Amino acid sequence: MSILVNKDTKVIVQGFTGSEGTFHAEQCMAYGTDIVGGVTPGKGGQEHLGKPVFNTVKEAVEATGATVSMVFVPPAFVADAVMEAAEAGIELAVIITEGAPVKDMQMAKAHAVKNGMMTIGPNCPGIITAEECKIGIMPGNIFKKGNVGLISKSGTLTYEASNQVVKEGLGITTAVGIGGDPIIGLSYKQLLPMFEADPETEAIVMIGEIGGDLEIQAAKFIKENIKKPVVAFIAGQTAPKGKRMGHAGAIVSGSAGTAKEKMDALEAAGVKVVVSPADIGKAVKEVLS
Amino acid sequence: MNIHEYQAKQIFAEYGVPTPRGIVANTPDEAVKAAEELGGNLWVVKAQIHAGGRGLGGGVKIAKSIDEVRELASQIIGMTLVTHQTGPEGKLVQKVYIEEGVDIKDEFYLGVVLDRAKEMPVIMASTEGGMEIEKVAEETPEKIVKVAVDPAIGFQGFHGRELVFGLGIEDKTEQKNLIDFAKKLFSVYMDKDAELIEINPLVKTGNGEFIALDAKMGFDDSALYRHPEIEQMRDISEEDPDEREASQYGLSYVALDGEIGCMVNGAGLAMGTMDTINYMGGTPANFLDVGGKATAETVAKGFEIILKNPNVKSIFVNIFGGIVRCDRIANGILEATKMVDVKVPVIVRLDGTNAEEAAEILKNANIENVIPASDLADGARKAVAAAKGEL
Repeated sequence: MSILVNKDTKVIVQGFTGSEGTFHAEQCMAYGTDIVGGVTPGKGGQEHLGKPVFNTVKEAVEATGATVSMVFVPPAFVADAVMEAAEAGIELAVIITEGAPVKDMQMAKAHAVKNGMMTIGPNCPGIITAEECKIGIMPGNIFKKGNVGLISKSGTLTYEASNQVVKEGLGITTAVGIGGDPIIGLSYKQLLPMFEADPETEAIVMIGEIGGDLEIQAAKFIKENIKKPVVAFIAGQTAPKGKRMGHAGAIVSGSAGTAKEKMDALEAAGVKVVVSPADIGKAVKEVLS
Repeated sequence: MNIHEYQAKQIFAEYGVPTPRGIVANTPDEAVKAAEELGGNLWVVKAQIHAGGRGLGGGVKIAKSIDEVRELASQIIGMTLVTHQTGPEGKLVQKVYIEEGVDIKDEFYLGVVLDRAKEMPVIMASTEGGMEIEKVAEETPEKIVKVAVDPAIGFQGFHGRELVFGLGIEDKTEQKNLIDFAKKLFSVYMDKDAELIEINPLVKTGNGEFIALDAKMGFDDSALYRHPEIEQMRDISEEDPDEREASQYGLSYVALDGEIGCMVNGAGLAMGTMDTINYMGGTPANFLDVGGKATAETVAKGFEIILKNPNVKSIFVNIFGGIVRCDRIANGILEATKMVDVKVPVIVRLDGTNAEEAAEILKNANIENVIPASDLADGARKAVAAAKGEL
């Protein structure tokens, strides 16, 4: 078992024939992801990587039965692509694109919610169910099958955490990179109950960072709803106030959104909080023994 | 990206958001000319820097004569203004804004910002004009009125009513004026892809008009491509030169005041690396995200920028190689050490795809100050020890 995606998930790629789309679609296919086609307006009817190209998402969905879209469309057009996917009946859009305007994502997400489509990202590594289905840009070989679910705002910290978990002799069910933008799709609060319900997942790692209050909302949710052990790390304990740390959303505004505030809230919710990401693997081993 | 007060007020004027009349000046002579053009018998001389708290720092002064305008402008232009937002080193004032005096009856705060929890813009207002909004939020949160506006429907009548009744404004004309003001300001926020608008204070005049006495605006960097008119307002002298240089090479850099230079791929891991250094008893000298590729050129540029800081005693290169394999990154790092003369110890931790080959490459290169580390903890420990001269 796993959450959201598995070996049977049919995936299309929006921005299929671009250089990023091509490179990563190929990597995903090599990992075993069932990519059934892609969308590049104006190139409909062609074949790319041995799969059909469509002009619109609607055509792609009708022809292939795809339920998930991996989005590599450039930032200026990403909102358009996401809203198109939502109306075409896609169930989950995984938005890899970095640098989408906040206003555009606000509108796109609202439209996705209205049409019952889930989104992951933008500006994220994507989602991977270990040894079954990779929809994103993460190095697949790091994710070995196991019993730990992973939710993270950061790409490289996702890899770091998975690597440590694997080194402890454990593995991953599904890992979700939710992205570090101010407005993102699925977040801890929506993903935690999915892992709670997944019989294979026995522990959950959540990696957060400064800025916003999603981790605080998660802490409240965990306290009331999550029985499985949770390990958390919050990046940016040493980040100065008012400075944006790489991710568009990673900024402490005034006294809100600090690492300390989030770590305290999670600890109070019974989460095992580590101070350094170097201790994630060990902590997971500990909560599972 | 942020802009100056006078620039924000230019944008406000285009949208009919009331501001006092004013003219920007680069020299005392220009300031005098500006005051004469504005007329009247009272002017405000305001330092133009991208930081709040200018008044308390001595950067905003009232002049009651043309001579006084000249005197104050001479004092303020060229001064290093220190406020709670500039840091102790302060900021050099290069421009002043000369504004007409305003008949102030009451002071408010009005701002528009993204509410990340609600995922829509929120108009924030308070009767505590002139005070820092964060302080008001902490001490008297009941005095802040928050009205979230869904961009799908735009600013409606009920938003305006929530705002004026929330602030306790009873006079019909005043209500109408403020609602009109807020509605226009919301249009500015949406049209210009602003990240933040802050008016503190927003003043009510003797005849019930609302005027933006101050103005602060910041923009969503990701949307600047569609706002050349905003990009034109960029004042490079207000930006950190090292951060700017880094961004031109696709690196994300923030200077800190510690001793250990950090070079990391990915923003989360970069923050996590700083946190680990701190946890191990060291102090990070910077945040530096070299991005996904980490080639010889970007690493060399990273070294250059890190080494501009004389406090750096060791450098921790922490790269998790995924799609880009570690052996290639190891070669890139070795090449970079040839391009830049790095005298301090460089601790290199490469993990991920082909990590073992990478370790072999670093070992065989046998460069005296390049020290391999096996994992994040080991690397941080060695970097801290090296900074203390204990490695």
